[in-house]
Amino acid sequence: MAAKKFMLVNRKAPYGTVYALESLEVVLITAAFEQDVSVVFVDDGVYQLKKGMQTKAIATKNFSPTYRALEDYDIDKLYVEAESMAARGLSADDLVAPVQVVDSATLAGLMEQQDVVLSF
Amino acid sequence: MLHIVNKSPLEKSTLDSALRLAKSGALLLIEDAVYAATQGNAAEPKIREVMGRIEVYALMPDLQARGMADRLIDGVATVDYEGFVDLVVKHPNCQSWL
Repeated sequence: MAAKKFMLVNRKAPYGTVYALESLEVVLITAAFEQDVSVVFVDDGVYQLKKGMQTKAIATKNFSPTYRALEDYDIDKLYVEAESMAARGLSADDLVAPVQVVDSATLAGLMEQQDVVLSF
Repeated sequence: MLHIVNKSPLEKSTLDSALRLAKSGALLLIEDAVYAATQGNAAEPKIREVMGRIEVYALMPDLQARGMADRLIDGVATVDYEGFVDLVVKHPNCQSWL
């Protein structure tokens, strides 16, 4: 069976809801099935990649180091929308993993090419 | 009165509602609302605008969890969980803007 193009769209901040962590679980599952996976961070989803998280005081696991490990699972298509970062005062240097910063128009084009889009 | 907000300012209109209806007292930002208290967030001008009439606080454990503790807007005070309780005790009433 040919690999399908999967895109996971992350739009929620981490910790306030469980969406970010659930999305990460699905990313790892799709990788296990050797699919063509793109992971996108838009709106508050860009906060998932912020460096320097210290979660001890909220008694929650800091899952942000996992984004850095995605490359080991051959997931190297991480896209961050430039407009979302700008609205939050973030730059690529603030993020835990190397990503491709793309504008809205480019991202819209990538979305159109997918077989499956999963939204979190 | 103590107003408590826990939603991201860029995802929900909760902060706008709280600021529109908060006359005086204090605003405590917790959970995803702490992003409103960070430099460069699109909500920064709104927070700065109310700082003259309302004391603005952000919960430090939630800032730290999100990696945002080092980019707090000047003039926003931080509290830990004990400080959270103190704020609730200090004000005659409070509203959680869920």
